[in-house]
Amino acid sequence: MSTTLETAPIPTPRALTTNPRTSDKIFRGVVTGFGMTALLILTLIGLFLSVRGIQTLHTQGFGFLTRYSWEVTQTDSGTTYNMGIGAMLLGTVMISIVALVVGVPLSIAMALFLTFYAPARIKTFLVSIVDLMAAFPSVLFGLWGFFVLMPMATYWAKLIFKYLHWIPAFNAPQYFFERSPFIAGLVLAIMIIPIVTSVAREVFAQTPLDRIQAAYALGSTKWGVIKAVVFPFGSSGVVGGAMLGLGRAFGETVAVYTVLNIVFKGNFHVLYGAGGNVASMIILKWGEATGDETTALLAAGFILFLLTLLVNLGANFIVRNTLKSGK
Amino acid sequence: MTTTANVIEVKPRKPWKATPTDRATTAFVLLMGLVIAAAAVKFTGLSGKLGFVFAFVIAATALEVFFSIRKYGRKALGDSIATSLIYVGATATFLPVASILLITLKNGVKGLRWNLFTTDMFNASFLDPIGNGGLLHALIGTLLLIVIAMILSVPMGIMTALYLTEIRGKGSNLIQFVVQAMSGVPSVVAGLFIFTSVILITPLKTSAAAGALALTILMIPTVTRTSQEVLLLVPGDLREAGLAMGATQWKTVATIVVPAARNGLITATILGVARIAGETAPLIFTIGGADKLNLNPFKDYQSALPFYVWKGLTLGTPESIQRSWSAILILLILVLALFTTARTLGGRRMK
Repeated sequence: MSTTLETAPIPTPRALTTNPRTSDKIFRGVVTGFGMTALLILTLIGLFLSVRGIQTLHTQGFGFLTRYSWEVTQTDSGTTYNMGIGAMLLGTVMISIVALVVGVPLSIAMALFLTFYAPARIKTFLVSIVDLMAAFPSVLFGLWGFFVLMPMATYWAKLIFKYLHWIPAFNAPQYFFERSPFIAGLVLAIMIIPIVTSVAREVFAQTPLDRIQAAYALGSTKWGVIKAVVFPFGSSGVVGGAMLGLGRAFGETVAVYTVLNIVFKGNFHVLYGAGGNVASMIILKWGEATGDETTALLAAGFILFLLTLLVNLGANFIVRNTLKSGK
Repeated sequence: MTTTANVIEVKPRKPWKATPTDRATTAFVLLMGLVIAAAAVKFTGLSGKLGFVFAFVIAATALEVFFSIRKYGRKALGDSIATSLIYVGATATFLPVASILLITLKNGVKGLRWNLFTTDMFNASFLDPIGNGGLLHALIGTLLLIVIAMILSVPMGIMTALYLTEIRGKGSNLIQFVVQAMSGVPSVVAGLFIFTSVILITPLKTSAAAGALALTILMIPTVTRTSQEVLLLVPGDLREAGLAMGATQWKTVATIVVPAARNGLITATILGVARIAGETAPLIFTIGGADKLNLNPFKDYQSALPFYVWKGLTLGTPESIQRSWSAILILLILVLALFTTARTLGGRRMK
């Protein structure tokens, strides 16, 4: 017995180390490299467009942001440019406000319906529908908005004008309501519904169940529960979702271009058929633009990029904080 | 005297369940709402579909409020108003989708001809009747764009997701933020960026590849975020088991984590493709828009389905708009097919 013990080979102890092996080092390096490409791309976008933007700000001055005109005059001595995106920025904000005012309440209603009212089957179906909406091509919204929504929305605009024209925003200098910021805002409202709804739904679903049950136990109605428990818990998340929608609304191009009459004039009347939008203006002018005008369009793109970046980062910050507090 | 006589059958009570009376009340409310709305349209100043819907909502809400106050007391006032508002809101959200799907089908089918799939527009004009020319070039263009964008963005997206879930390096928070910021980059900005950084500077000129680069920027965030969600669902036990067996992290990820999440990663890819298949704005700056079939993705102008729709729409004659409807129907079917596949594959994790 003792002989067998002595002859059995004793395995050398395995090297125990916490140092990553070569294969892991390579793996971690490669994956980290890919992870950083996102950062690289975003930085490059900012860099390339800002170089052009600074050029334009240099030639046009800060009036580029506030001026309402876009004039390229060709004379014998050369071409003079007098360009500004003030009207477009104003229009973008106006359309986005319409989109939020219409889209956010609808999204909240939809999210509440999905979370607290809908039977399971209808819920699955509607969730798919809302997600599908997010995948619809934007040119489809444009086509539908122009041929289907516009005739209806023009009629609605006339009704609003008839009864509410004493409110300055709903007044109009002329009786022309087609292709107005109002209609573009309605199209955008439909386009932001999926994102706002899904964020709101996610936040509402995180409401602590014990608090909901406690409210019911105290004899509350469903609406009472929503008002007293769900809204206070989820309101900041809904604000974040609305801001994500706002970011989308700022950057939407083709759909807005199709339904909006783009005019380089400051127009504060929502229902009147003249408006502006930075993203759509870029495609409108792109085909014919040369020289400094192209650069100015790139500068407009840069400003749009900055705007959406700010709105998105703010929105994500709010949404993440809300979702974290629910866990 | 038997023991069974003492047994009292206790049925679980469900006080929240609708009783026959409740159902009858709901039916009555809806019916009366319709009647009152019809009467309002007929006899008062209200008119049209809008007036009818308006009157119906008001009447049905009022009746609902009346009945629930009778049943539950004053407390029910806010509840029933809110309930009917929520139902109205949910319906109003659903209606546009239904309308979009139905009208696209109705208008698109009218123009569907076999020649759409077999010819390009080289010998035809957009203003010709739809029997002339087709959209083969646009279909092939879209496929080329999708394939190139996939080749570029899927590895990048999945690797970024792996970085965020497996490596969790110092930069994770930053990268998470960057990916979220990237998903908000307007499509028109992606197009402008590729125009200035690639088409103006490098030898790669206006072509399918340039368009695909712009689409890649839009696709990466979708792929990353979906992949990340899926990878997070892979149980940590599996990773620990792999490491405990003596595998390196690389082996664990490559042979355990990624295969476990395979279906989800395919879903992520498909959702990314669905996201970019219909993008129009970036293509305006990058692919030029050809009328002829072009199989070389790196040279010469290219077309794509959304671009074809766009062109038909901007020309604005009945014939060209018919072309747009038909092309958008084909594009929509493509997106729907992708979406359904993604849903079926990812069905298990979608709750």
